Amino acid sequence: MKTAEELYRILTDKFGEGVFELKQDQPVGPWIIVKAEKIRDVAKFLRDEPGLRFDSLMCLSGVHYPKENTLGVTYHLFSTSEKHKLTLKAQMPEDDAHLPTVEQVWKTADWHEREAYDMFGIRFDGHPDHRRILCPDDWEGYPLRKDYQVQEVYRGMKVEY
Amino acid sequence: MGLLDKKYQDSNIIIVSLEKALNWARKSSIWYMQFGLACCAIEMMATAASRYDFDRFGIIPRSSPRQADVMIVAGTVTLKMATRIKRLYEQMSEPRYVISMGSCSNCGGPYWEHGYHVLKGVDRVVPVDVYVPGCPPRPEALLQGFLHLRDKIMKENLVDGIGIKEPVVIHDKGGDDIQVKSVDETDEHKTAQIEFPQQDVARKKEGA
Amino acid sequence: MTKVNQKGPEVTLSPPVDAGNGLKTQEMVVNMGPQHPSTHGVLRMELTLNGEIVTKAVPHIGYLHRCFEKHCEAMNDYNKVVPYVDRMDYVAAMNNEVGYAIAMERLMDIKVNDRVEYIRVIMSELQRIASHLLALGTFGLDIGAFTPFLYCFIEREKVLDIFEKASGARLLYNYIWIGGLMNDVPADFKTDTAAFVKSFRPKIKELNDLLSHNKIFIDRTANVGVLPGKVAINYGVSGPSLRGSGVEWDLRKDDPYSIYDRFEFDVIVGKGEMGTLGDCWDRYIVRVWEMEESLKIIEQALDQMPDEGDVQEAIPKKIRPPAGEIYCRTETPRGELGYYIITDKSTTPFRVKARAPSFVNLSVLPAISVGAMVADMVAIIGSIDIVLGEVDR
Repeated sequence: MKTAEELYRILTDKFGEGVFELKQDQPVGPWIIVKAEKIRDVAKFLRDEPGLRFDSLMCLSGVHYPKENTLGVTYHLFSTSEKHKLTLKAQMPEDDAHLPTVEQVWKTADWHEREAYDMFGIRFDGHPDHRRILCPDDWEGYPLRKDYQVQEVYRGMKVEY
Repeated sequence: MGLLDKKYQDSNIIIVSLEKALNWARKSSIWYMQFGLACCAIEMMATAASRYDFDRFGIIPRSSPRQADVMIVAGTVTLKMATRIKRLYEQMSEPRYVISMGSCSNCGGPYWEHGYHVLKGVDRVVPVDVYVPGCPPRPEALLQGFLHLRDKIMKENLVDGIGIKEPVVIHDKGGDDIQVKSVDETDEHKTAQIEFPQQDVARKKEGA
Repeated sequence: MTKVNQKGPEVTLSPPVDAGNGLKTQEMVVNMGPQHPSTHGVLRMELTLNGEIVTKAVPHIGYLHRCFEKHCEAMNDYNKVVPYVDRMDYVAAMNNEVGYAIAMERLMDIKVNDRVEYIRVIMSELQRIASHLLALGTFGLDIGAFTPFLYCFIEREKVLDIFEKASGARLLYNYIWIGGLMNDVPADFKTDTAAFVKSFRPKIKELNDLLSHNKIFIDRTANVGVLPGKVAINYGVSGPSLRGSGVEWDLRKDDPYSIYDRFEFDVIVGKGEMGTLGDCWDRYIVRVWEMEESLKIIEQALDQMPDEGDVQEAIPKKIRPPAGEIYCRTETPRGELGYYIITDKSTTPFRVKARAPSFVNLSVLPAISVGAMVADMVAIIGSIDIVLGEVDR
């Protein structure tokens, strides 16, 4: 069982300074911000390193921060053997949001990443089946972005009430 | 056997108009398509199961649209599903009826305002005979809906045609001027329009 | 730029093979759903078949995408989210509400009194029984056994009666609010529930006699859709589907929330009694015995439940949480339901993401269905026990 501070130290020792940033003094639990392009290596390290063993990805969520003009991806990790949790965050600019996929590390990420693409338009480099999952293939726009404007007509059917 | 046998055992004749006999037969065995969409489907199952027991009205589920008389649209219709519902409706043989069960399929229900992916009312794609309100409607409400449908069937007559309704044509308004911003113009499914046959109208015009 | 596949993966069929008698055979693509009586809703699967053997299965979801997360961001009160939470997993609405309420209470540091906690536990365990009864009944229906379905529904109606007395609704309750309950339970709640527990216990044996040890049922489900434990963890599978693979993992024990640490109960795991560990029969039997464990919890909770206490005393007048975020998970009948809630200082949620157990459990389907027959697909889907409202949200 390791706290977020210990995990932060282990990660900076491994990947060097400047990759991570620890955010503390939150109402519930701290989180670690990680550079988006490093996420796959970090994920693999977290899963395989003895003593860390984050074998389960609980949740992967896309988030849109309109004030900062960024899109973010939040990873909630859990280790079933060591029983510790970790929240990782990656942030990218809104107009060119892409980061490496972690689908090969945790299979859970497969559908979650497709959902994040569907809802936010975040692209996951190297995903084997990168397409929309909930909305139809010919849907316009990314619904959960804060500035989303719903299309008027979809295949001849009015969308608005 | 029953009381009827004893009553008519001397001369086995009942005089009734053909129309009435036909409608009586049709209303007494309404087969519905077993087709659940969302929450209301659970209540539809409950209606069919032990306590409420659809079977006593001659209402039994069929898994195929070809054998069904009535489609219960039980639950939220999304835009992705709407075209499939239209197709399923067209696969049913005439006369066919639609019961819209629950607020979602009546008008969008709790999703009417912000539900970007929800069709606000199934009557935008198929003609509806009976609306059952509720979110979800209780099994009693669904049974009431069926009783209304039985009344409706009894009132139909052969001259006007049975089970004929104005079809809902959905591509007349926005069909041609949909501009899908296609990334790749060769994407066939993006430019393709779905054909919704207007057979109902044609048949009515012919007077069939 | 990442290449985004707009059309879905190209289906490549194997070249025609000479069957030996002058005829040629080739793989075939078959669509199963979205209207199919045993896909539990509007799931569509694209099956590539070699004869009757499934060589590839691609699930297509989203036919019930009701924009849950968009609605959360549009509501101007955190309690207004509760009805939408209900409609996510409509078979187990109480559990969804409990999960959401606990997440918000942790974020806002609200303590609810013991009476509320006990009522919540009893409600969620009753809901677990109702949900499992539905799952088992429809699973039998999928396999071809009609009678257990009717028997299960008799019992389920009794649970719904208890809920109806308390909340006024049969299916979607809007009963558990942030900081408390909509109203107190009726006066005869304890006797009703105790009577149900007493009458229900023998019915589990009845169900076992009817279905669980039926020869045809075992033949249809044992050794079908085997899901090894390691694979299940990597895919994020949770709940009875994970425990059916022999992994002893239950959030009520391993990551306790509410007051589950006060009760004694066992975590049921599959043992591979009828075939390989982690097959459909194991996932099925875990649900059967979990109902027994839920009964144990309800009995203890009824004994310990205090009679005094205002169930609405901790409900805040205006819910205005501090800026922050939380990921909180609870055990629903289908597995780990997590809420990832981001708040700013306003009364509107900034982001609510639900990590739905069915969504994750369903993603394992392509992995475990290769080599099965078409009829086995029905058994596999039924044993994972998905609710499409939760898959698509």
